[in-house]
Amino acid sequence: MGEPILELRGVNKSFGPVHVLHDVDFTVRAGEVTALVGDNGAGKSTLVKCIAGIHSMDSGEVRFAGSPVHVHGPREAAALGIEVVYQDLALCDNLDIVQNMFLGREQLRGGLLDEAEMERKARQTLASLSVRTVKSVRTLVSALSGGQRQTVAIAKAVLWESRVVLLDEPTAALGVAQTRQVLDLVRRLAEQGLGVVLISHNMADVFEVADRIATLYLGRMVAELPAKEVTHSQVVELITAGRSGDLGMARPEAATV
Amino acid sequence: MSTSTVEAPATRPERTGFGRRLVSANTFWIGLVLVGLYLGFSVLAPSAFPTLFNFQTLLIEASVLLVLSVGMTFVIITSGIDLSVGSVLVFAGVVGAKAMEALSPGHDATSAGWGVIAVGLVAALTGGAVWGLANGLLIARAKIPPLIVTLGSFGAALGVAELVTAGVDVRTVPQALRRTLGYGTSFVVVPNLVLVAVVVTVLGGWLLHTTRFGRYTYAVGSNAEAARRSGIGVTRHLVLVYLITGLLAGLGGFMSLAYYGTTTISGHSTDNLNVIAAVVLGGTSLFGGVGSMLGSVIGVFIPAVLTKGFVILGVQPFWQPVAVSAVLVAAVWFDQRRRRTQDRR
Ligand SMILES: Nc1ncnc2c1ncn2[C@@H]1O[C@H](COP(=O)(O)OP(=O)(O)OP(=O)(O)O)[C@@H](O)[C@H]1O
Ligand SMILES: [Mg+2]
Repeated sequence: MGEPILELRGVNKSFGPVHVLHDVDFTVRAGEVTALVGDNGAGKSTLVKCIAGIHSMDSGEVRFAGSPVHVHGPREAAALGIEVVYQDLALCDNLDIVQNMFLGREQLRGGLLDEAEMERKARQTLASLSVRTVKSVRTLVSALSGGQRQTVAIAKAVLWESRVVLLDEPTAALGVAQTRQVLDLVRRLAEQGLGVVLISHNMADVFEVADRIATLYLGRMVAELPAKEVTHSQVVELITAGRSGDLGMARPEAATV
Repeated sequence: MSTSTVEAPATRPERTGFGRRLVSANTFWIGLVLVGLYLGFSVLAPSAFPTLFNFQTLLIEASVLLVLSVGMTFVIITSGIDLSVGSVLVFAGVVGAKAMEALSPGHDATSAGWGVIAVGLVAALTGGAVWGLANGLLIARAKIPPLIVTLGSFGAALGVAELVTAGVDVRTVPQALRRTLGYGTSFVVVPNLVLVAVVVTVLGGWLLHTTRFGRYTYAVGSNAEAARRSGIGVTRHLVLVYLITGLLAGLGGFMSLAYYGTTTISGHSTDNLNVIAAVVLGGTSLFGGVGSMLGSVIGVFIPAVLTKGFVILGVQPFWQPVAVSAVLVAAVWFDQRRRRTQDRR
């Protein structure tokens, strides 16, 4: 189906003595939603942060749109068109919604901050996400509910002309209606040709939107399969045991951290 | 998917962050306190307090503190602190004065010309910037807490200044400098020292409230990790903030030299606390991420007005710190209560 837009090969990452990612291969295809699933502590967020340039990889190679790249920081990731919604959201409480959405990429006019233009674009993006509960785009993030914060973090990521969007549990704090909006958004981004990665613990959501499902088990990529070819219970088994029938690792019990 | 929103006819920009912060409740109330104090003293001493001369001296005496507080506002918004400003001021003054003496015949700079004075200014600014850079690198790169780093430079900068001068104030300051920057006036009534302080403050406010640099200052103080993930060079930004603060302390040292005609080595041991008190009084949060330049200006003038008022009314000047502390605690308490009621909404 879709062309690979982002390819990781043999990625390793340790924090001191803790080996978190073991020779991980991972492919994100343009126009597809890839679900990244795995138990708590499997290494999903770490993988995302490696892609975003927040953590450096110990080894492994990254290809973006076919050519090898080395991403040394969030700014370089953003320059390639990689946007991330972090699990912990990473918003500044004392800044308002607009200021957060444009943080690090403020629009300028004559060298000064162009508040009116940023506000206009922020409104536009929020409106396209059907955000109804935020009264004013000048509300400080500290005054927002958990779900509203999550929406701001998502809006911050879709504001830009991006090619790959990674969403780390974007619906964790959301209500029913907002979850629906985000899932619709995920599909819509893929239809626009972006490569979308969705991390989620909710299998119903995963099966609803994902084209492919990649499973991490103790920091190892045990399966990367089209969603149509696996069942709900197979994925759960892959997540919890590392294998399911002839899918997954040959000897998951040998896997150590 | 529905696209309707309640975002009312969303064309008119809302009040921007700057405007909103400007009238943010805390600044507003503390501004009222300042106006109240000024009016109060004017009523109590109608012939002595509200005079042009008194107003001028009030501004002159606050000028150096104001320059220091511009830097301190940036530092505290990043959730840092700089205890070294007073010592760095002294150090810069000594370096500037020594440089001017060294270039003058017989080591007496009293009649030195503008070339020598310019060298003195550069020396003072450099002296301040070096300490600021050292603070910044130790805090942002070596990740030593700002309180510890600047407590160290607070002692070290003063120590070095005393070593250089053997503890004796340098007293030969060019007359040309004293006449102009020290006690000269421009536009008939504006003391030059005040003019410099105003320019620095306006530039500081402009930098803080309308530029990326200012926005990043709030972001770093609010959530450094979020700032980093948004691609902001947090380390570089912190180094710059402390560097600017050191540079401004250097300028303060030069201004002080021009005004007093001596290096006043022993006269700045509580500058740091006065500046921090002023900035916090003005609504800048020690927890970072919150604050305004206007607030700091107001915060500098409340103690200044109290001092002047007490002197004119013949109240023992020892009451001034007591009164300032009371206002400071009241301001913070008031602010917290306001925030709590806001949270309860
Ligand atoms: N900065 C860090 N320093 C040390 N260890 C870390 C760090 N970040 C993550 N780890 C470790 O790496 C492992 C994987 O963590 P990660 O956050 O990637 O898991 P996850 O798959 O996202 O889990 P969850 O579903 O709970 O979000 C964990 O064992 C964690 O303790
Ligand atoms: Mg995670």
